[in-house]
Amino acid sequence: MIQHSFERLEIIANDIRIDIIKMLEHAGSGHSAGPLGEVEIYVALYFAILNHDPTRPDWPERDIMIQSNGHCVPVRYVTLAHAGYIDRKELMTLRQFGSRLQGHPERLKLLALESTSGPLGSGLSQAAGLALAFRLDNQLKRRIYCVMGDGEIDEGNVWEAAMFVAKNKLSNLVAIIDRNNIQIDGFTENVMPLEDLRAKWEAFGWHVIEIDGNNIEAVIDALEMAKAITEKPVMIIAYTIPGKGVDFMEDNFKWHGVTPDHKQAKLALNELRTLRGKITSEHL
Amino acid sequence: MDLQLVDFRKGYLTEPIRKGFGRGLLAVGKINEQVVACCADLTESTQMSLFAEAYPERFFELGVAEQNLVTVGSGLAAGGKIPYVSSYAAFNPGRNYEQIRTTICINDRPVKIVGSHAGVSVGPDGATHQMLEDIILMRGLPNMVVLSPGDSIEAEKCTIAMASNPRPNYLRLAREASAIFTTKDTPFEIGKAYVYESGQDLTVIATGAMTFQALLSIDLLYKDGIDVEVIHVPTIKPLDTTTILDSLKKTKACVVIEEGQVNGGLGGAIAELSSEFFPVPIVRLGIQDRFGESGKPDELLKYFGLDANHIRLAAHDVLIKKG
Repeated sequence: MIQHSFERLEIIANDIRIDIIKMLEHAGSGHSAGPLGEVEIYVALYFAILNHDPTRPDWPERDIMIQSNGHCVPVRYVTLAHAGYIDRKELMTLRQFGSRLQGHPERLKLLALESTSGPLGSGLSQAAGLALAFRLDNQLKRRIYCVMGDGEIDEGNVWEAAMFVAKNKLSNLVAIIDRNNIQIDGFTENVMPLEDLRAKWEAFGWHVIEIDGNNIEAVIDALEMAKAITEKPVMIIAYTIPGKGVDFMEDNFKWHGVTPDHKQAKLALNELRTLRGKITSEHL
Repeated sequence: MDLQLVDFRKGYLTEPIRKGFGRGLLAVGKINEQVVACCADLTESTQMSLFAEAYPERFFELGVAEQNLVTVGSGLAAGGKIPYVSSYAAFNPGRNYEQIRTTICINDRPVKIVGSHAGVSVGPDGATHQMLEDIILMRGLPNMVVLSPGDSIEAEKCTIAMASNPRPNYLRLAREASAIFTTKDTPFEIGKAYVYESGQDLTVIATGAMTFQALLSIDLLYKDGIDVEVIHVPTIKPLDTTTILDSLKKTKACVVIEEGQVNGGLGGAIAELSSEFFPVPIVRLGIQDRFGESGKPDELLKYFGLDANHIRLAAHDVLIKKG
């Protein structure tokens, strides 16, 4: 795998945000805040961590990434495009009739998605099944990553999986919660309080790492560290800013499930394009 | 076709259908190393225990967590395994329908969902545990294959055949000791219905243990001067439309019997097929849009009209409509 500098990864992240805005404006429906907040997690996975081959999405030795919060799929489509799985032009077909880029991820349309999701709370269980299968087949080098939203852990299925993964000490599985504090109806702590989240996962038998999920270096560090923890499954709680990179979207739960119109997209793109210059200068 | 059925008029044995599942899982686990099993705290009563004892490394206990049961199953299938996931039908697929729909059916993963204790013959446990809507739920799902074997011998063959079927499967099993009317030589193939008795006047179509009642109705109707054709339908989806329509075209009258809701169950399936391609008068025996209740299995089956006598009454009714 190509080793990218952190500066290069930040530029990729910014380019991905630009494409997310473009594709969402074009699609006219979908989710904005979550995908923008998760960009560093996806860049870390696809450009630094995953053992994968974009030319062979069914490569039998690949690591598997399960996206449990399927509504955030725009960030995955754009990352897959930048990683070389699909053509960037295809991004403009999001949510259109006949497109492989369904509104929620559908594996049979695009195998690189690994699974079909959207209804929340079932990704961690699927990751657990994969981890068991790989253990049975002695494929110990293959790892399974599961990205989850924070709102979705209201679902009971998540906690059924939490117990099961810990019981079986599935240390070949790493889960990441995008802790952006928002869900459709508002802030998570108002809708259904999740805290003390760290204590909850620890009580369920997990090793918990808390990070700044918008800091690419921190995300990569945590994912690397997770590889060394073999006694327990690892949960990375990644604190992110929903709508990250676009000032008027940041931390506003109203942007959970809506897309920018042309004027808003223009503003957002202008902001992101200016940021690109700043990234380079900071690393000089 | 030589059906090699048991000569039940001379006597027959009984055994819970799920015992056949237990033996079938053990057998298929031996010949296919990809077979794994998951259970939600009902290992003994769903008869997964034989497999669990023989292949403990391929058996996973998930506790009382049916949503996790099928989603872990989906993941195991994604990892190349052939997972059989079992619980009571009231919970699996009763509780975890959405997970089955999304992670197994839209995803097209070959998970083998086993719902035991289906029907009213669970008896004393009452309405909550008497699953009557599982066929409706599973038959509506694209990619899903719905299986309802008639006795323990057929359940064993069915369980083995499921491992080589590339689709998601639902296997419906009843709790009570049921008459054994097939033998190891009776043909069974997923997707096929079987004409167990050839007749001219009307067709009785049955699934699960109700097929035995259909067989018992042959002699009752013969005494009434009625020549009945009996079709056993162990695969409810995909339905063997050729066998069924050929029979309806010949007899032009039909009684359907099942241990479940007739609305949307096998009765619904036959009515849909007939009305679209060859309309004939149909009487559907089964549970008529209500829930079950506690009681002894035999008294409940009789109360709900699920026996040979009621088939006889329904046959007379449908023959009047046939004219």
